[in-house]
Amino acid sequence: MKQPFPFSAIVGQEDMKRAMILTAIDPGIGGVLVFGDRGTGKSTAVRALAALLPPIAAVKGCPVNAARRADCPDWAVIAGDEMHEIPTPVVDLPLGASEDRVTGALDIEKALTNGEKAFQPGLLARANRGYLYIDEVNLLEDHIVDLLLDVAQSGENVVEREGLSIRHAARFVLVGSGNPEEGELRPQLLDRFGLSVDVASPTDIEQRIEVIKRRDAYENDYTAFMVRWQAEDAMLRDRITAARVALKQLDTPEQSLRDVAELCIALGSDGLRGELTLLKAARAYAAFRDDTALTRGHIRDVAALALRHRMRRDPLDDAGSGTRVARIVAETLGS
Amino acid sequence: MNQLARAHTALALLAMDPALGGLVIRARAGAVRDAVLAALPPHTRLRPAMGAEALEGGIDVSATLSSGTLTQTRGLLARSGAFVLAMAERAEPYLAARLAATLDAEGARILIALDEGIGEEALPPALSDRLAFRVDLEDCALGDITPAPIWPAPALLAQVCTPDDLAHTLVLLAVRLGITSLRAVGFALRATRAHAALMGRLEPIEDDMTAAVALVFAHRATQLPAQQEDAPNDSPPEEPQTPPDEEHQESLPQDIMLDAVLAALPPDLLAKLNAGGTDRGASGSGAGQKKIGNRRGRPLPARDGGPAQGRVDLIATLRAAIPWQTLRAREAPHRTGPHIRAIDLRRKRYVDLSDRLLIFTVDASGSAAMARMGEAKGAIELLLAEAYARRDHVALIAFRGAGAEMLLEPTRSLVQTKRKLADLPGGGATPLAAGLLAALAMAQQARRKGLTPTIITLTDGRANMALDGTANRAEASADARTAARALCAARVEAIVIDTGRKSEPALMQIADIIGGSYLPLPRADARSLSTAVTRALED
Repeated sequence: MKQPFPFSAIVGQEDMKRAMILTAIDPGIGGVLVFGDRGTGKSTAVRALAALLPPIAAVKGCPVNAARRADCPDWAVIAGDEMHEIPTPVVDLPLGASEDRVTGALDIEKALTNGEKAFQPGLLARANRGYLYIDEVNLLEDHIVDLLLDVAQSGENVVEREGLSIRHAARFVLVGSGNPEEGELRPQLLDRFGLSVDVASPTDIEQRIEVIKRRDAYENDYTAFMVRWQAEDAMLRDRITAARVALKQLDTPEQSLRDVAELCIALGSDGLRGELTLLKAARAYAAFRDDTALTRGHIRDVAALALRHRMRRDPLDDAGSGTRVARIVAETLGS
Repeated sequence: MNQLARAHTALALLAMDPALGGLVIRARAGAVRDAVLAALPPHTRLRPAMGAEALEGGIDVSATLSSGTLTQTRGLLARSGAFVLAMAERAEPYLAARLAATLDAEGARILIALDEGIGEEALPPALSDRLAFRVDLEDCALGDITPAPIWPAPALLAQVCTPDDLAHTLVLLAVRLGITSLRAVGFALRATRAHAALMGRLEPIEDDMTAAVALVFAHRATQLPAQQEDAPNDSPPEEPQTPPDEEHQESLPQDIMLDAVLAALPPDLLAKLNAGGTDRGASGSGAGQKKIGNRRGRPLPARDGGPAQGRVDLIATLRAAIPWQTLRAREAPHRTGPHIRAIDLRRKRYVDLSDRLLIFTVDASGSAAMARMGEAKGAIELLLAEAYARRDHVALIAFRGAGAEMLLEPTRSLVQTKRKLADLPGGGATPLAAGLLAALAMAQQARRKGLTPTIITLTDGRANMALDGTANRAEASADARTAARALCAARVEAIVIDTGRKSEPALMQIADIIGGSYLPLPRADARSLSTAVTRALED
């Protein structure tokens, strides 16, 4: 089967790429929302992300990819303590998915053939310790959104239905994409995404031509193209792994905390989540850049990603919220 | 190239290179469409109402119950070959997203979407963007039907080379036509190569490029290139100007291709582009608009009844069967597995709250029109911004002069609203009756789509333009009352907002006839308007 289009081969869209790399470095940032026109490479980027993520070690046969035998849920039948390495899960949540499929439900096969009451894990179990990707997230059914909000908050999936009473860990990074013309997102769901990106078709002719050429090469000269770009992807993956280590040693000066707080107050972003996310994102960015301490420059570069979607919306203001963030960042932190 | 020939060429190109995605055929069911479809190899037919189980596969209930072992059905999406989606304009977001993912994942699938839409109805943009071609067979007559042409010995697609500057030329052309999606350019590139292969050429020539752009770009154009529009207003045609600071050398093949696209523009699109209404190409469907409740949503407890009346709820069915297992096992000791009879079958039920549609019907007549329209627009944007949790859709109808005009089709998108309501017309007489009737028509259409409409009328004066277009106060008032009675008979919820300085008894009367509420709101601004509407709706 064809591998997805390599992440490094995506032309432009620096914001989107940066946001995805930052969540790969620190999953605690809490996901990315990508909003933009059709045909701008949103889905391509998310599908390419999987190849960038370092593999994880999990208990063999564990339905929730637990890292230790003790973390495996008690309802799961697991043969031994054997561990194996798996790619970081990136699970697609299709729009029409029923609640059963998302949370898991009674295993109908076992119920029908053996008359046995067993639990069949759903998408949330598979996404544990990985990514949950929702394309067209703004079209998602309300009751599925409610369910996701709850699980994303608690990190635990609780199923109480059909005589089953099951719970298991469900910690995942939410990645959503959508087209704002087709509907808005609920503020509560918006807030669950750590970073948000607006993408548009490149306006630069040369860039557009490069997009077409690379896509064409991917489709018609697949082998050579993949050799070239998978090497780039591997380098990027190494940088991400190195940044994860560097992040632990990164200095966070008092001044940076002050900068972050001031910025959030000036922007009037709701709640503390914005401050925490901005700080985490700036730290991950500094680690990625291989810098030893957090500086004002790092904060400035990721402020729009972390705060754009958290500001009170003023629908009568025609300028995008990205522009407002940029203006206030320049006022507060200097340019 | 007529539309039928375009359809044949498009199908041949798709057979040559399935990565072109597919073809939208806009036509009513009939002999012409059948003639085109007859050329298709064996395919899988899909319908908009198909649920996840039919598409993705699931448990084969009857086989499982009769054999006592689990039997799975294969979903339709797992079948090989082309898909034909009938009544594609009714496809719900779920189906569109699922099909889009299937097309994305496997480059070798093609989808033929049969679009029978009327007017603005069309298949979801997420899907049409992924299909390279579109033909409109509405105007084809029986006599036009020709058999599919026999192509000269086709060459191997893999051996066809790509001219160096092709990508460059196509990108520039797309920009001039206002096509933002880069997918379209990719399609044009593929179509050029496929067309060359079809014609037995290993090196694409100009014909291949013009054919490709005419098929891929024409229906996607959102603007006419600048010099085309400016030509009539500029210098007289006798002294042709040299194109300003554009390299003549480079623009030549582009111009030939541009002519090809222009020749292939659908007539209605051409009219729209010439009128300057460019739509910015991206007319999103306004999510949820096509969604009819009661088919998905929160499940209700299952009910008994045979499978003919809906989808079987297996869990409930099993639960109903459990108490009888021991008894039935005694009756049929040779069988393994659970004993389930027809009487146990339970079917699924769902409930889904229907979305609300607020139809703003705004008086755009007279001197205060601009201000009122501006505030109505502001109120709509505020309501949209504040109302996502309540799932409201909004629409805007303006009435002035001789009649009423829909300025914003039902939508939930703030982005789309801002684009469409950039400039609003104003001035003229007050045809209140025409406004109310237009709102009623939209309300009834919305009901059929499962929305709950509310009409909000904003005006400051009395009707002075009758339905037949005569400026006669008495007749106009009578017409307005008749329209109000029609609204009342249709049981549409309504609010009449009087923005005049002192309240107008005639308007109060109209509100009374409709059975709606009357709100005097002099000097209404966007915020007070949206607050008043919210409050009135919550009552």
